[in-house]
Amino acid sequence: MSLKDTLERIEPQFEKGGKYEKWYALYEAVATILYTPGTVTQSRTHVRDRIDLKRIMILVWMMTFPAMFWGMYNVGNQAAMALAEGYQLADVWQVGLFQLLGGELGADAGWGAKMWYGACWYLPIYAVTFIVGGFWEVLFASIRKHEVNEGFFVTSVLFSLILPATTPLWQVALGITFGVVIGKEIFGGTGRNFLNPALTGRAFLYFAYPASMSGDSIWTAVDGFSGATNLGAAALGNLDYGNTELWWDAFLGNIQGSVGEVSTLMILIGGLALIYFRIASWRIVSGVFVGMVLFSGLLNLIGSDSNPMFAMPWYWHLVLGGFAFAMMFMATDPVSASFTNKGKFAYGLLIGFMTVMIRVINPAFPEGIMLAILFANVFAPLFDYFVAQANIKRRLARNG
Amino acid sequence: MEQYINLFIRAIFIENLALSFFLGMCTFLAVSKKVKTAFGLGVAVIVVLGISVPVNNLVYHNILAPGALDWAGFPDADLSFLRFLTFIGVIAALVQILEMTLDKYVPALYNALGIFLPLITVNCAIFGGVSFMVERDYNFGESVVYGIGSGVGWCLAIVALAAVREKLKYADVPDGLRGLGATFMSVGLIGLGFMSFSGVSL
Repeated sequence: MSLKDTLERIEPQFEKGGKYEKWYALYEAVATILYTPGTVTQSRTHVRDRIDLKRIMILVWMMTFPAMFWGMYNVGNQAAMALAEGYQLADVWQVGLFQLLGGELGADAGWGAKMWYGACWYLPIYAVTFIVGGFWEVLFASIRKHEVNEGFFVTSVLFSLILPATTPLWQVALGITFGVVIGKEIFGGTGRNFLNPALTGRAFLYFAYPASMSGDSIWTAVDGFSGATNLGAAALGNLDYGNTELWWDAFLGNIQGSVGEVSTLMILIGGLALIYFRIASWRIVSGVFVGMVLFSGLLNLIGSDSNPMFAMPWYWHLVLGGFAFAMMFMATDPVSASFTNKGKFAYGLLIGFMTVMIRVINPAFPEGIMLAILFANVFAPLFDYFVAQANIKRRLARNG
Repeated sequence: MEQYINLFIRAIFIENLALSFFLGMCTFLAVSKKVKTAFGLGVAVIVVLGISVPVNNLVYHNILAPGALDWAGFPDADLSFLRFLTFIGVIAALVQILEMTLDKYVPALYNALGIFLPLITVNCAIFGGVSFMVERDYNFGESVVYGIGSGVGWCLAIVALAAVREKLKYADVPDGLRGLGATFMSVGLIGLGFMSFSGVSL
């Protein structure tokens, strides 16, 4: 008996009046992941496409894999480099798990061991994100009778990838809870929120627990290790912008940072594929990029004696911090971005501009793109409003 | 000149009356259903703040502040305990005069502002702006810039909220949260976005 038959056989139990009526949302989620449903839309006019929300979301989820696997490798790699400097592995359960499973990390460990080590740190974070966030998603879906949506796949993977590897798991659970419940579900679930849920959760953690979200000692999973990120170093004027070797390290991802955001190359691979599939909007991405280049260029021209960040050229802005990751995966979230084409450009430009503004001018935050995107999310509907109004005016003028 | 520009930007973004101090919430929440009306109210707030802050600045520095009555022969007089009362009176009177002037000379604008003008007499954003002016000891030029700047910031905030609420018309908010509840949440989340500016010192 095939899987499809099994699903069809148990389906009546989940439908209205069935034994497991309450679990319909869960059944629906699993069944439609495996097969495209044959149901036809019953209400109002629809445009149907084989690439539905589910496939889009799964595709986005898969496109984060290059960055995710590189991130895991890099967690191990950073730890191995710290070990080479004489640091010891911390006495925490992640390391215990790693050793229990037969892993061994030395200064000269191979890439397999490094990735294994990184997985022992990252996968628990992802698991907690997925289980806790999934719990809220299913709870809301069951009670409010809507479908469990794959938007959550994307939210969960993006949320876990923008956390430092050493984030305590209870904070992970709190953050994703805030992101999913307050950022999304109270507005009715996927497609109805106005802020990016993953970033909402991350921002919540950032302001609620700054000690485990920022600073020098959280980025590398080794006991007592403390080293500034490149953005942190740049703010103090300790980053040499002429250092091509370091730039390549940052581009390839051999630097400290949140799990998924380190390797600009891997992010570009996934992101460009998304643009090619027409899932990510090239208008937004180019808007963010151009906004960042223009404003950082302007600041380069203005210059400053006291603030070394003014001199940071655009190609450094691109490879440091979460810029590339957020540009490709966060800003292009179709729900919280502008809907109109012109609005998308404006929205992207605002993100690029605000990112550089926060990084350079605001001393309170070393990295700015998270808040920049939340800020632009707030103004995205307004851009749409103006574009729509301008269109109405133009057509009125044309047709009298 | 540079300090005025800095003050202007600070009043709009960093010390946004609506989103960092949460002032003027009643109108902020009540009149933000449509971008168009929100914009009308925002303009009214800009006008009223832009006039009442400098006028109250003059009143305070020439009559109420300790030793301000020197010119009238009372060098020891300190009327600053009257300032809340006076400011509210001045704001109310100003709005009334402004309303009558607009009605007489610019009826189009008067009609556009409509009910909002008398409504914002009691808007705490206006009074908040005036109190900040006293507390931070702005001189006359600064108070003009601050009045207009904080008005623009409030206008920006309410227009953004209105656009978000127009988008949220399609949202499916749980029953208990419909209406004001969801709006409160939205305002909080918008405030999160405005955290981008906290910490900027100009």
